[in-house]
Amino acid sequence: MNTLILTSIEQGLIFSVLAIGVTITFKILDFADMSVEGTFPFGAFLFAKLISGGFSPLISTLLSFTFGTLAGLLTYTLNIKLRIKALLSGILTATMLYTINLRLNGKSNMGLFSYPSIYEGHEPVIVLILIILAVKMLMDAFLKTEVGYLLIATGDNETLVKSLGEDSNKYKLIGLMISNGLVALSGALMAQYQGFAEITMGTGIIVVGIASIIVGDTILRRNKLLKATTRAIMGALIYKFIGALAIDLGLAPTDLKAINAIIVIIFLTYNTFNPLKIKKADEYKVVEEAKC
Amino acid sequence: MLNIINLTKTFNPGTSYELRIFNDFNLHINKGECTGILGANGCGKTTLFNIISGVLRQEKGTVSLNGKIIDNLKENERARFIGRVHQNPSAGVSPSLTILENISLSDKKCQKFTLRKLINKQKIESYREILKTLDLGLENKLNTEVKYLSGGQRQSLSLLMATMNKPELLLLDEHTAALDPKTSRLVMEKTQELIKSYNITTMMISHNVRDAVKYSDRIIMLDKGEIILDVRSGQVTEKELLNIYNSRNYGSPLQEAV
Repeated sequence: MNTLILTSIEQGLIFSVLAIGVTITFKILDFADMSVEGTFPFGAFLFAKLISGGFSPLISTLLSFTFGTLAGLLTYTLNIKLRIKALLSGILTATMLYTINLRLNGKSNMGLFSYPSIYEGHEPVIVLILIILAVKMLMDAFLKTEVGYLLIATGDNETLVKSLGEDSNKYKLIGLMISNGLVALSGALMAQYQGFAEITMGTGIIVVGIASIIVGDTILRRNKLLKATTRAIMGALIYKFIGALAIDLGLAPTDLKAINAIIVIIFLTYNTFNPLKIKKADEYKVVEEAKC
Repeated sequence: MLNIINLTKTFNPGTSYELRIFNDFNLHINKGECTGILGANGCGKTTLFNIISGVLRQEKGTVSLNGKIIDNLKENERARFIGRVHQNPSAGVSPSLTILENISLSDKKCQKFTLRKLINKQKIESYREILKTLDLGLENKLNTEVKYLSGGQRQSLSLLMATMNKPELLLLDEHTAALDPKTSRLVMEKTQELIKSYNITTMMISHNVRDAVKYSDRIIMLDKGEIILDVRSGQVTEKELLNIYNSRNYGSPLQEAV
């Protein structure tokens, strides 16, 4: 049981980087970016390429983030410059990345046990906590800057951003690039953690990202002071833990994807039919009516 | 001030839905005046605003502001000298941000947005002062998200944000139409205070004839993209305006304002 807890914490931490990335597109920009499905393995394969090319684990990981941002640039180009719908742009990017991932190392599965990793010589969980703290603090600081607020405003109301004299597309580009960079970083961390990069590791990964956001928002709804990044991290951890618990209770690892989807369905249904929430909404309505 | 010369605009050109909304349209707006624009739906009022603010491009004709042709400027580039308040109270604000964050953003309007912190603690007091002029108690709600404000409060905030950098031209697109009569009057009075104290040239679309007569210096009535009436507001009464308006055989006659 102890290793199970540790493993789910470690994996949850890795996925929380993904969750923060998905938060930027889905929640802040209101942009359903499906390219994540390709960017996650892209990060893993990039790492494999770089580490086998002789780069240090740290440099390889950082470069995975940097090149990962290019996936965001591609989705942006398809969506804004070529005017393809956001959802389709993401899917097209993911499809292209599938081929790119296979081409990068010339194979669909690449073992990394013979190469060094950033976890080497330390407890993986400590390394991961440090990385996640760094990502979270950078993100939080960024969202408090002038540019960060314009990113939020772009997701909220593009007309306002234009009336402030700014090109809202610029902020979509920034958001998409950071988001995809973080997802690729998450993929690189996962490849090192599990010791291999594999072409199917991105399948259904968008569900993990969205699930983390939903779980984080549902469980921590009462606390209004929590930042979106904290919610994403907590969500990823709780979500991963519920999945691990299901496996511990005797379900086969092959059932994991179905379990993932079911967790999302349960949380979404809870949000819709929760009597507490419905009551609250009514109270709000009464207050609003009284105001008039 | 604003000069529109030989403006031509067609929607869906080349299709069976082709609609020519302006044909060699000319309009001159004087500096410091408030011009009320009346007309039925579909007569081209909002299209005119969209062309002036750069949302839509015309096929022919030029739009110039203070002698400078602005046709090649994008919507966000024109924001430097053109402010706009929309009918929808949420269109001028960022609902998920707080009042303070919204005001801080509009205070940076048309300057360079950098990686510095947006909220400047030293400026909070001055924002409070500006909000106090609205008389809605918003100065005590700085950290409330704008989505929790009422329509009137949101529209007043939009107005404030649109005029904060003292634009040369302010476009009011039925900005009180979504509000109840009392709030609408309040917002209209705030509007007058703001444009008078900053001396902003204003164009105001309204379906409320009384407001148009009361608050504007000049009244223009549009029909099918043409100016059918252009008078000083003192030269015409509310009733006369209503008669002209209704005599143009619109779908539904305009009622006297409540």
